[in-house]
Amino acid sequence: MAAKMTQARGLLYTVKPMNFQFCRFFCLALSLLAAACGSSGWNNPYPAADSGKNIFYSAFTERPKHLDPVQSYSENEAVFNAQIYEPPLQYHYLKRPYTLVPLSAAEMPRVQYYDKTGRKLSDDADPKRIAYSIYQIRIKPRIHYQPHPAFARDKNGKFLYQDLKREDLKDVYTLSDFKEQGTRELNAKDYVYQIKRLAHPRLHSPIFGLMSEYIIGLKQYADALKQADQALLAKEGKDAWLDLTRYSLEGVEATGRYTYQVKVKGKYPQFVYWLAMFFFAPVPVEVDRFYSQPGMAEKNLTLDWYPVGTGPYMLTENNPNSRMVLEFNPNFHGETYPASGESGDAKAGLLKDAGKPLPFIDKAVFSREKESIPYWNKFLQGYYDASGISSDSYDQAVQVGAQGEAVVTDAMREKGIKLETSVATTIIYMGFNMLDPVVGGYTERARKLRQAISVAVDYEEYISIFANGRGIPAQGPIAPGIWGFRDGQAGINPVVYEWADNRPKRKSIETAKRLLAEAGYPDGRDAKTGKPLLLNFDVTARGPDDKARLDWLRKQFAKLDLQLVVRATDYNRFQEKIRKGDAQIFYWGWNADYPDPENFLFLLAGPQGKVKFDGENAANYDNPEYNELFERMKNMDNSPQRQAIIDKMVSIARNDAPWLWGFHPKDFGLYHGWMQNVKPNQMARNNLKYERIDAALRSQERREWNQPVLWPVLLILAVLVASAVPAVLTYRRKERMAAVPRPEPVEGARL
Amino acid sequence: MINYIIRRIAYAIPILIGVNIITFALFFVVNTPDDIARMQLGAKRVTPEAIAKWKQDHGYDKPLLFNASAEGPGKLSDTIFYRKSVKMFAFDFGPADDGRDIAYEIKTRIGPSLAIAVPVFLIGLLVEITFALLIAFFRATYIDFWSVVLCVAMMSISGLFYIISGQYVVSKLWNLVPISGFDFGLDTFKFVILPVMVGVIAGIGSGTRWYRTIFLEEINKDYVRTARAKGLSEIRVLFKHVLKNAMIPILTGVVVVIPLLFLGSLITESFFGIPGLGSYTIDAISSQDFAVVRAMVFIGSVFYIIGLILTDISYTVVDPRVRLE
Repeated sequence: MAAKMTQARGLLYTVKPMNFQFCRFFCLALSLLAAACGSSGWNNPYPAADSGKNIFYSAFTERPKHLDPVQSYSENEAVFNAQIYEPPLQYHYLKRPYTLVPLSAAEMPRVQYYDKTGRKLSDDADPKRIAYSIYQIRIKPRIHYQPHPAFARDKNGKFLYQDLKREDLKDVYTLSDFKEQGTRELNAKDYVYQIKRLAHPRLHSPIFGLMSEYIIGLKQYADALKQADQALLAKEGKDAWLDLTRYSLEGVEATGRYTYQVKVKGKYPQFVYWLAMFFFAPVPVEVDRFYSQPGMAEKNLTLDWYPVGTGPYMLTENNPNSRMVLEFNPNFHGETYPASGESGDAKAGLLKDAGKPLPFIDKAVFSREKESIPYWNKFLQGYYDASGISSDSYDQAVQVGAQGEAVVTDAMREKGIKLETSVATTIIYMGFNMLDPVVGGYTERARKLRQAISVAVDYEEYISIFANGRGIPAQGPIAPGIWGFRDGQAGINPVVYEWADNRPKRKSIETAKRLLAEAGYPDGRDAKTGKPLLLNFDVTARGPDDKARLDWLRKQFAKLDLQLVVRATDYNRFQEKIRKGDAQIFYWGWNADYPDPENFLFLLAGPQGKVKFDGENAANYDNPEYNELFERMKNMDNSPQRQAIIDKMVSIARNDAPWLWGFHPKDFGLYHGWMQNVKPNQMARNNLKYERIDAALRSQERREWNQPVLWPVLLILAVLVASAVPAVLTYRRKERMAAVPRPEPVEGARL
Repeated sequence: MINYIIRRIAYAIPILIGVNIITFALFFVVNTPDDIARMQLGAKRVTPEAIAKWKQDHGYDKPLLFNASAEGPGKLSDTIFYRKSVKMFAFDFGPADDGRDIAYEIKTRIGPSLAIAVPVFLIGLLVEITFALLIAFFRATYIDFWSVVLCVAMMSISGLFYIISGQYVVSKLWNLVPISGFDFGLDTFKFVILPVMVGVIAGIGSGTRWYRTIFLEEINKDYVRTARAKGLSEIRVLFKHVLKNAMIPILTGVVVVIPLLFLGSLITESFFGIPGLGSYTIDAISSQDFAVVRAMVFIGSVFYIIGLILTDISYTVVDPRVRLE
């Protein structure tokens, strides 16, 4: 008993000091953590000083590759560039179908047509007579660029940072290391300079190939620049600046301080849509010269990294590995919230801010989130204002409402989270290689085989299983929201659907089997040889999700007793197969550049064939009648005549079935209750200036949702300490044990 | 020892050349220069002219390893391999395929990587060795048995599980630290505490088991019996004598890892939004940026060789009988 008490006392003496030290460390760690987190919530990833401020918080998954407006062409880049650059035109924020309105332009561009003798033609002139068109653009005066060192001047008006040597940049790492900044008024020459940059020999503009077919003289200009650049580099070395103002471009000219014109071959009505893209945003020559100085590129001081614009925001922090920050441009010329929209906008509260000055938000912080789980959890904690919905979190976020529509779940509604949906101007389809001897070609046999497969592959089921219902089956190549798209009974694909119960209904599998038999493959076997028909599906399959999709697809083909061989490959090999025409059946997709039917229908035009012309027609579909109609349609203004031609083209394509038309995905976006004026826009990404945040409500909600829970930590510590007790007891017992057990004395034994 | 180190450095050069050739071969088996150009130029409206121009501008318009059309030494030097490799041996990595300076990226990302990797390494080592010594102390008891069971269970669980459950429990349910992100200064603490904790816990199972094995092997040796016979306490025997003599196998595994800490952790950095070198490597692989992949593999190889040399040197420190000649 006495021994036990001593042990117990010993235990107390041993354990207590350890515990005390640990508690001190624990308290220190907690206080450090609390100090780091401030009063804004322990799990708040943002500085405490930013709490309650009018800041928009979002995330980006992929780092933007290019922010130079002549090279940028991706969605993830547009999120930033659309807030910074101002091309002449933009899409109306609220109106649908998508409507172009002036942005930095004072009015919509005026177009004048000319014949080959240079004589003016009327607006309704026959497109065949039009040799070239001139787009005259007048920009608004008194628009100024964001503050930037490229514009900084001394008292004598001389540029401060336009003649730097490499050694001058010794202590410069970011733009903020330049002490002085300046600005200047936007003028028409800046637009001309940017169009010239499309042909810059050291840049890679994705639309140079296309634009050189339209903008007069652009191709020759590129050749001239290439020669000039080579001579310059040979003479002055790799740091030499190629001054584009020294070389004139025939088709583009500044006709005044605020006016410029672009000369385009023939009639090209889609050109106005390009005027709403960054490729046609202004770039001042001073900025190009500034970034071209020796040593700038080595320090990532390039236009590709630090964009310069006239828009409502400017990029003040560019760390694409971690976060990008946009702040209000103090030189922003001003713009007001639209006063009109489509029906239902007023009811949805989207016109409450009509006429008010933009932007409403002071700053936007975009954090890099490569994984969807942390992104989603931070959205639920209120640290992101908006979020998409991954398949993992779909059931947690969305449920089907009484009318069959998607609505947020009760848990989301309690948090005040709102759901906004919109059909993407995108088509995801399965293509048949029309050059393939089995599924391709224009014979009745091949056509019926494709039609049979089109009926059998149930895209309604696909959308339900693999897209959580986020999509609508495509009836043709044109996406909803695009002029020329037909809805309802008039819009169904009669090869695959019939109209029943006021909705399109997929034809029965018996219909597909009949078509297959008519194609010469009864029961999935070649009627002549009796051999089963094996079809090859080329795909870039990666994970378990893909396996489920592919199994589903095999079953769809199996409905017709067709065997589908999946040829999974990596992305590069897949692309190569498509380019060479080695694929038989494949998945492909297209995201619209602009809301014109030409941007979808050209995907089936013969001269766009992938194998022959390296174009965008991956199926290599080449129907002369379709091609002829396309040539007529592409230059027409929207009119009933144009619609009639589009209907005819779509009908031809449906009958030939070079694609299984697939589906148009639906974008689902979740927004917290403190976000206002949210309306998804599939064509433009400059929505930040229209949106509004109730920062006080956000702070309050964040506090409520993120109260730290400490008791589990204390419980774990208590369990750890408690579990150490037997170990310490055992240790002490062992320490008191004799090294060798004392032998029992044996009677009579001799020592 | 100096001679030994010089000799090891000299051996390193052919190893680095070999690693470079293998990286080059593996990369270009999967990706052609055309593929790289397409990846950089984007998916839409890419013309053959644009691809040719991109390849020319980025030095991918030459033959891969042998230029039959060149004269003399140009047959070898006028190739993609030669042009992309020579400068690297002077640690001039040049620009990435997207045009951004690789050295700048490495410089800015090395800090966040170390902010996670160093504490995970040091705390992990401390915790694992302590646990292993304790288990060794309680060898052949129920504590030993259940500790080994726990270790096996812990090492059987995927690292991803520790990360996701750590984020969910600590950050989402208990709201104690941010789920992901990174910042410098005092704020660093709140961002690194969870990844460090997860990193340490995820490594306890395998580390403890490994060190336990080392200690158990050591604990049965004669000098330990002598130490006990002298009347030393078990704690003193373990921490002073056993630990010291077990240092050679421990150092073999530990010192070689130290230089690799600079390369960061691929999965941890991705999930916790740490803008480190692991995340940079992953991005480069997914965007087929050969320049970055090659640079990171090269740096990894250099660090590994440095680690091996440091390991050899450390043997002489912990065991005076070892001489490097």
